[in-house]
Amino acid sequence: MSASSPLPVISPPRSTGAHAGPSRSAAAPLAHAAQPVVHDHPAMARDFVANVQRMHWHDGALWFVRNKRDAQASSIPEWEYLRQVASQIKTSAIARSAELLEQFEQNAQRLGAVVHWASDAQEHNRIVYEILRRHDVHRLVKSKSMLTEECHLNGFLEERGIEVVDTDLGERIVQLRRETPSHIVLPAIHLKKEEVGETFHEHLGTDEGASDPQYLTEAARQHLRGKFLRAEAGLTGVNFAIAETGGIVICTNEGNADLGTALPPVHIASMGLEKIIPKLEDLGVFTRLLARSATGQPITTYTSHFHGPRDAASELHIIIVDNGRTELRQSETFRAALGCIRCGACMNTCPVFRRSGGHSYGATVPGPIGSVLNPSSDSVRHKSLPYACSLCGSCTDVCPVKIPLHHQLLAWRKEFGRRGLLSIDKTLPMRAASLLFRRPRLYRAVGRLARAAMRSLPRALFVNRFNLWSRDRELPAPPEESFSQWYSRSRK
Amino acid sequence: MSVALFVPCYIDQFYPDVAIATLELLERQGVDVVYPQGQTCCGQPMANTGCADQATPVARRLVELFADYDQVVCPSGSCTAMVRHHYADYFEPGDAKYEKVRSSTYELCEYLVDVLGVGPLGTPFPHRVSIHQSCHGLRELRLAASSETRCGSVPDKMRQLLEGLEGISWATPQRSDECCGFGGTFAVNEADVSVAMGRDRIADHLAAGSEVIVAGDMSCLMHLQGLIRRSGTPLSVMHVAQVLMGRPLPQHTTLSHS
Repeated sequence: MSASSPLPVISPPRSTGAHAGPSRSAAAPLAHAAQPVVHDHPAMARDFVANVQRMHWHDGALWFVRNKRDAQASSIPEWEYLRQVASQIKTSAIARSAELLEQFEQNAQRLGAVVHWASDAQEHNRIVYEILRRHDVHRLVKSKSMLTEECHLNGFLEERGIEVVDTDLGERIVQLRRETPSHIVLPAIHLKKEEVGETFHEHLGTDEGASDPQYLTEAARQHLRGKFLRAEAGLTGVNFAIAETGGIVICTNEGNADLGTALPPVHIASMGLEKIIPKLEDLGVFTRLLARSATGQPITTYTSHFHGPRDAASELHIIIVDNGRTELRQSETFRAALGCIRCGACMNTCPVFRRSGGHSYGATVPGPIGSVLNPSSDSVRHKSLPYACSLCGSCTDVCPVKIPLHHQLLAWRKEFGRRGLLSIDKTLPMRAASLLFRRPRLYRAVGRLARAAMRSLPRALFVNRFNLWSRDRELPAPPEESFSQWYSRSRK
Repeated sequence: MSVALFVPCYIDQFYPDVAIATLELLERQGVDVVYPQGQTCCGQPMANTGCADQATPVARRLVELFADYDQVVCPSGSCTAMVRHHYADYFEPGDAKYEKVRSSTYELCEYLVDVLGVGPLGTPFPHRVSIHQSCHGLRELRLAASSETRCGSVPDKMRQLLEGLEGISWATPQRSDECCGFGGTFAVNEADVSVAMGRDRIADHLAAGSEVIVAGDMSCLMHLQGLIRRSGTPLSVMHVAQVLMGRPLPQHTTLSHS
């Protein structure tokens, strides 16, 4: 869904030079191509966390959204029941997806839509380009679609001479800045309004230094209006595809999907195959959960239903994209992640996301759900993501479709272990610990020696820049006696 | 009825008084509790790193040690959750000893409230207390209702016990159950974020006017205490077992030698 507001907005410090290593690349303009093969979340989070004031602002902005979500969840007595039902519908839809997608295709065709199937991002992009070329389209307006971000569609089309304009306000801001969204619902949540003002001054000619949200939003509105009027085709995402009707449903707050599809004669709707739900009556379960979970609104401002093309002179193309989803569906452990309705609630509640920023994840979908999904497409590149998690479980409890996110993150760690992907700085200490914990006498002796050493040897041996615990934290004061020593002495 | 005390490794080595307080608390309730020697660790650090091969023998040792007891009590929600919810990967399906230990292991507050049904203890503790909800106790064991869920009135077992103390008063942080950022190896893997999370929690408890942060997991408190001592913040941390035994507040001195 599209619920982006540009405010309050914050961004990772755009310091130059100080951390110019490869780990900075996520904050660099459109950096996916330049990213290192193995992405290191803590390194990419470092600058964001170090700017305490900004980090707290980002944290506070998202916590505010989380609180709004809590208030909305409380307004529905059957909230937990709704989550349960949503989870069951998704579980069933994922299990029956082949049958449901075919049913959807037939019904959508009956309504006059053209249905395309894309096995991966490249095929999706080629299909979009073919449709645009056939209609001699040079100007495309897009509403929010994380799938097209996933497929890197904008760059693909721009290389072929097509102007692509993201019309969701937050997305337009990051597009003008040549950045990627830092959050799937609030794409510009990392930016301050002053930075948006600078960007608009540069690109839209707003007054220098102007940062009044209403003024900036009005400027964007006028700018986008021109783009809408001149567009020759509109592309949207899909929130829900209903098998029994062949209709698609798009949820936005800005109405940009409606304007982008009401004016030009060609509407392309890109959907991941997991967007399928069986029946129209299932939809209400999700529309009740989606906006409440996402932004703490009772419902998105626009919930638009499309049943075939607008009129005889128009076309509706629906592209159903796999891009790794079928593979994920094969996995007993990770299948439930396909139930995600992209509300972003797990990001808003995640204490790590709030303090490290979306760009630190180096992926289209960041946060807990991103850390589950991304390793399935490239487990080497994204192997630090399941560790960017304290396993607090807040994401699991907030998820409207009950994806066991923190258990899936733990499951990825075990999967990395099975595949031999863990680095030696992870495996070696655990090997040592395991050896120690299998030998109680050795464990007791090592414990006794270590505590004695901590008491008598120079502090610098334990508190130094190499010890990541004691860089900012004191070590526990070591007692002379362990509990087991005390017990042997006093109770036997 | 045989009851065994399961003491997490870091409590054994660094916080023996937490285990002593747990033992005394159970004995005061008339429980004949023993501490089986030879305990080390439940295997959680290895398991949460993804090193299943290293976790397996450690988990199996623990089950061997406790298999003969009717009940096992542990002063940690995290280690209890490890045994109850995460041990299946390390045993054959249907392993009888594992099943027995899994179903007979209790976190301390849960044991006191659900199994023993203890009433108000009446122990004097004239301090302003704030609760830190340790995540695994909260969201794995459901010792209280998490702020995300809307499950109606679920009793908070730790708070229920603490309310039975004489003279206790409350300080309530704004964020009732945000993670402290310890997270086991997360504390060093993601040290920057971990420290930021911990500092934010401490500031929240301090602003609420707390004298002492109480939690059911000493591991969270070890992290918070480390930050508190480094910064010289006027705030103490205590495990719930120590509070229920009416232990005095720790002194605000930096105990690490310099």
